[in-house]
Amino acid sequence: MKVTVKYFGLVAEAAEKSEEVLEINEALTASELKARCLNGLAIAEKDSVQIAVNQNLDDKTIINDGDEIALLPPFAGG
Amino acid sequence: MDKKKPKKVFVQGAIPPEKIANSVANHQSKTNIGAHSIFLGQIRADEVEGKTVTAIDYTAYEEMAEKVFHDIREAAFAKFDITCAHIYHSLGKVKVGELCLFVFTSSAHRKIAIEATNYFVEEIKAKVPVFGKEIFEDETHQWKVNK
Repeated sequence: MKVTVKYFGLVAEAAEKSEEVLEINEALTASELKARCLNGLAIAEKDSVQIAVNQNLDDKTIINDGDEIALLPPFAGG
Repeated sequence: MDKKKPKKVFVQGAIPPEKIANSVANHQSKTNIGAHSIFLGQIRADEVEGKTVTAIDYTAYEEMAEKVFHDIREAAFAKFDITCAHIYHSLGKVKVGELCLFVFTSSAHRKIAIEATNYFVEEIKAKVPVFGKEIFEDETHQWKVNK
């Protein structure tokens, strides 16, 4: 299955990209996918990065074909 | 009526101070209002290890952010007896001293408006996927984190 992964802020900076399409061949939770995407990236506090699946923050959810994934560093609005 | 309208929250660059005056003026015909409460977020020239912040460059997961702004509005209207609420947040570069957030609530009485504005600001800071790159005078940067 294919999912679109969007990177923001310091995650996009570390990944040197803002978006990619990933091919996944196994059942993964959002949390497992997050670990996979962040693996090898120079990010000091990986626990502070949240994952959104179809715009919902839920790292327990199972990833499905066509999902829109976003890796979100700490929020800084306002 | 005001509550149901889809709202565009993001504005490109700084929020001009005139927008605040115009927003107030636009509410003078709504005579059931007895109190407005306004919060304005301004970019601070923080000093970090001898370097001074000159601007913040804001980015956002816009589709999710607009949805979260909408959810916060819905929750605020359910929680507080406000007549209207407006939120504007900057995207892109905002220099120190300029405005990046404008929250404006109105109610019959002051306490509700003040509480509602506070609720909006805290919810926005905690829940909306907006990211801020603090740019120093030497063009280096660090990423802002809300406390």
